[in-house]
Amino acid sequence: MATPALQASSGGEQTNGQYATFQLADLFFGVNVLKVQEVLCFQHMTRVPRAPAEVEGLINLRGQMVTAIDMRRRLDMPPRPAGDLPLNMVIRTDGGAVSLLVDEIGDVLDVDLATWERPPENLDLATRDFISGIYKLNDRLLLVLDTERTVDVAPAPRTRGPRTGPQP
Amino acid sequence: MPLQDEDVIREFLVESHENLARLDQEFVELEKHPKDAALLSSIFRTIHTIKGCCGFLGYSRLERITHEAESILSEMRDGHRDFTPVLASLILETVDAVRTLLGWIESTGEEGQDNFEDLTDRLKAVARQKAGALVAEPQLPVAPSELLPEVTQQPAVTEQAVTQQKEESPVAETAKGSAAADANIRVGVELLDKLMDLVGELVLTRNQILQFNTDREDPELNATSQRLNLITSELQEGVMKTRMQPIGTIWNKLPRVVRDISVGLGKQIRLQLQGAETELDRTIIESIKDPLVHLVRNACDHGIERPEVRVRNGKAAAGTLTLRAYHEGGQVIIEIRDDGGGIDVESVRRKAIEKGLFRATDSYTDKEVLNYIFHPGFSTAETITNVSGRGVGMDVVKSNVEKIGGIVDVSSRPGEGTTVKLRIPLTLAIIPGLVITSGGERFVIPQVSLLELIRLEGEAKKHVNNIRGTLVYRRRGRLLALANLNQVLGLTDAATGADSDAISIIVLQAEGRQFGLIVEGINDTQEIVVKPLSKQLKGLAEYAGATIMGDGKVALILDVAGIGELSGVLGEAAEFATADAGKKPEEEAEQQRLLLFRAGSFERLSVLLSLVSRLEEFPLSSIESAGGCPVVQYRDRILPLVALGAILEPDKQDRRPLADPSQVVVFTDTDRSVGLIVDQILDIAEEAVTVRQTSQRPGLLGSGVVGGQVADFLDLSYVLRATPANWSQAQPKAGMRRRILIAEGSAFSRGLLRGGLDIAGYRVSEAANLGEAMRELESRTIDIVVTAASLPPEGGSALQTAMRGRPEWKGIPILALGDSDAEVKALSAAHLFEDCQTKFDREAMLTSLTRLSAALGGEVLSNGSLALPEPVLVSGREA
Repeated sequence: MATPALQASSGGEQTNGQYATFQLADLFFGVNVLKVQEVLCFQHMTRVPRAPAEVEGLINLRGQMVTAIDMRRRLDMPPRPAGDLPLNMVIRTDGGAVSLLVDEIGDVLDVDLATWERPPENLDLATRDFISGIYKLNDRLLLVLDTERTVDVAPAPRTRGPRTGPQP
Repeated sequence: MPLQDEDVIREFLVESHENLARLDQEFVELEKHPKDAALLSSIFRTIHTIKGCCGFLGYSRLERITHEAESILSEMRDGHRDFTPVLASLILETVDAVRTLLGWIESTGEEGQDNFEDLTDRLKAVARQKAGALVAEPQLPVAPSELLPEVTQQPAVTEQAVTQQKEESPVAETAKGSAAADANIRVGVELLDKLMDLVGELVLTRNQILQFNTDREDPELNATSQRLNLITSELQEGVMKTRMQPIGTIWNKLPRVVRDISVGLGKQIRLQLQGAETELDRTIIESIKDPLVHLVRNACDHGIERPEVRVRNGKAAAGTLTLRAYHEGGQVIIEIRDDGGGIDVESVRRKAIEKGLFRATDSYTDKEVLNYIFHPGFSTAETITNVSGRGVGMDVVKSNVEKIGGIVDVSSRPGEGTTVKLRIPLTLAIIPGLVITSGGERFVIPQVSLLELIRLEGEAKKHVNNIRGTLVYRRRGRLLALANLNQVLGLTDAATGADSDAISIIVLQAEGRQFGLIVEGINDTQEIVVKPLSKQLKGLAEYAGATIMGDGKVALILDVAGIGELSGVLGEAAEFATADAGKKPEEEAEQQRLLLFRAGSFERLSVLLSLVSRLEEFPLSSIESAGGCPVVQYRDRILPLVALGAILEPDKQDRRPLADPSQVVVFTDTDRSVGLIVDQILDIAEEAVTVRQTSQRPGLLGSGVVGGQVADFLDLSYVLRATPANWSQAQPKAGMRRRILIAEGSAFSRGLLRGGLDIAGYRVSEAANLGEAMRELESRTIDIVVTAASLPPEGGSALQTAMRGRPEWKGIPILALGDSDAEVKALSAAHLFEDCQTKFDREAMLTSLTRLSAALGGEVLSNGSLALPEPVLVSGREA
């Protein structure tokens, strides 16, 4: 059985047990509240051709350049229903602010650290990579997002590669 | 214990460091002019000032050392002692000791533990050697402790007055410093950075207000925003200026570094600094300082060979190390080039395989292999340092440069030297940019890369030709390779593409080459604040950054060189060739555009695109016959045609029939044209022309690698001679039948030059070296000599000397051809030749030859401007 102490070390960071939450399809995620800079409604985005698929675009956040990552694509989920606008959860990362595009923003929750558990081994890889643990809430499970891994998106290796053929 | 006043100490440190930096340079200068009294005085003053200050501040060790050095210097200055290299080294060592001590003071506030007794003793010994009595003498009349108060009382002492003062008193010395301080204040870099950030934000806000203003008609708002606009621009300029420094500030210490190494290793190294005035943002200057010194050390240490080795290899005993800085495409390029032994690619490859960095079976190009010298494990391995000549700490250089978003590139030719190129971006800067649209998105192109904007409408669109998917545009007689931005970025055409009303081409320059970029729309120019991309996007070579536009939305800034490379118009294959072993000097590897085509059984033939004037297609039905030769009516003229396959393989039986329509490569001179019928035009490649294998076959100069595949280079002059229309017998213009002697070591370059001159109607003789050139001159009447600056064995200047020594040859003008613009500049500066041009710049060469030929008198031309090839090609807007 995992303990809160274990959780702190496995996550590699401090938590005060408060998590900003968001909904992505049928999953409920939490981000350590200390990592969240702000939450925004849908923003205009400039798309970046040739960028990794997960990168939805760039947002001007009061003069700050913020890269927006579509969480559905990042977690290999089916696309958002047409017409549904995503919301921005802007988080602080080592490489500056990054916005996560999510379906819905939830409340900030105080969780009981004792209810923490490792993600199950058989969780599909696309999801497992980005989850550092799970809190068992009364009515549902809160998946703790590993933000650094989530934003660790790199462009495809074709950077200074050979000439590309004509595009369709 | 020194005084506690930290400000005074900091001031002292900063000033001393500045003085020491100047000292290094003055010393190297002094070695060249040992008798220069002004230099000696200045050096003496610097040491003296430091001594005075540290006495005042209570740094006794520092004072002791500088005191001894000062004694020696004062004797030198007064002519009691000669300047010798031994003394120079000793004093430079003292300077280093002073630096060490200053370093200690800076970090700990104390002088540290090292007494430098050995050095002090040696200094004392030297000082006593000649005039024992002098040792005690230079003690100054004014006690150091009286120094500062007096200074504050005399702030009005002017600089001139000080320098004119024969007696060097500490009072006057420091007064000079404080007078300068009145006009200048020191500002922390942090503050400047903060200011710059704020100005960046202000510029963006200004842009937004201007945008807002255009949407409404409020005169008051209009006036205010215009004023805001003006002030912001000026403020921005001012703040930018505070942060700019010429790169010369960090180059200053390089002469000293090079001098020390060359003395230490017994080498002779000439250091050339070009573009020292190139300005860079201060933060960037700071961060490239160390990598630069490292690269210079490396080049001196491992690159340039010892004099005896150099002489044995037929080079001048003194090696040359050239540092060049210049702006290009929103970047600053710094080149460190030596003419040393180069890097042995094979041993790097072996070593890399040994280290398991790649497998023996992997086919890496030389260029890729070369980049392994930046691999961390590689650098410290001593064996590779000895074998390859490079490597210590190259990984550190790379990582430091990359930290500021720069790129390091290395190219080398065995036996001829190594060039390391640093591309430093101007990330923090506010730059003017051109806003364009493509695929419905807005992008910004840094204005520095911009050469020209072309808009083609209606008929003019025909000047964009498609050669198997590669678009080219005929611009003023030359073909310009085109890239379509939508294709490069994988965007879908917003408009209907090719069918739309107009084509917009932006002519860009990157890495010294030009290409055209097709975009959907060209909007306007704007000052933009370059913001770096986040790490998720940093690896994209397409973009240099992003910016915020007037409407508050983000726009991406295109990286022109990256776009060029990704689209293939700046062909990466070209780079491979540069790294390849070749017979020609580095500079000659500059990119040439080559037309590739197929004819007969030759699958890949190649000719310099600059010689080609048009690419045409004629239906077979339009080809007629005149005097037994195929001709075609073209632009009110008769264009003789010749099937290339038939010339190259006259004996071949089963020749393929001509295609319908036939593709024709047209070569044109002033009023004559000839069309070569080829089977198929394949491609246009940008490549460093290097011939691997010279050909024995008539009609071919040799073969080389173009675009990763072997191609044969067509000997144009042979082909033209063999044309039934007989080009060379065609009625030449008066004055053009001058005989030109081409003196050039490389058979291939000779072939190219000959091709260009043949077409222009000159008679051509050739010589591969000085001896042959002399024989040619003796056996025929030569009108003009065209010599390569690199003519074996001792360069074109040797030919010049030989010719000027013979009265009958004195009057023959000589045109010297350099491999690069820089070389041409140097050639011109030498005033040896009647004219200097770059090799392969055919137009410039012909213009020059016309001029020289006209100056010869005799058959003067009727129109006087003959060899300037008439621009036969129609530029896009003409139609």
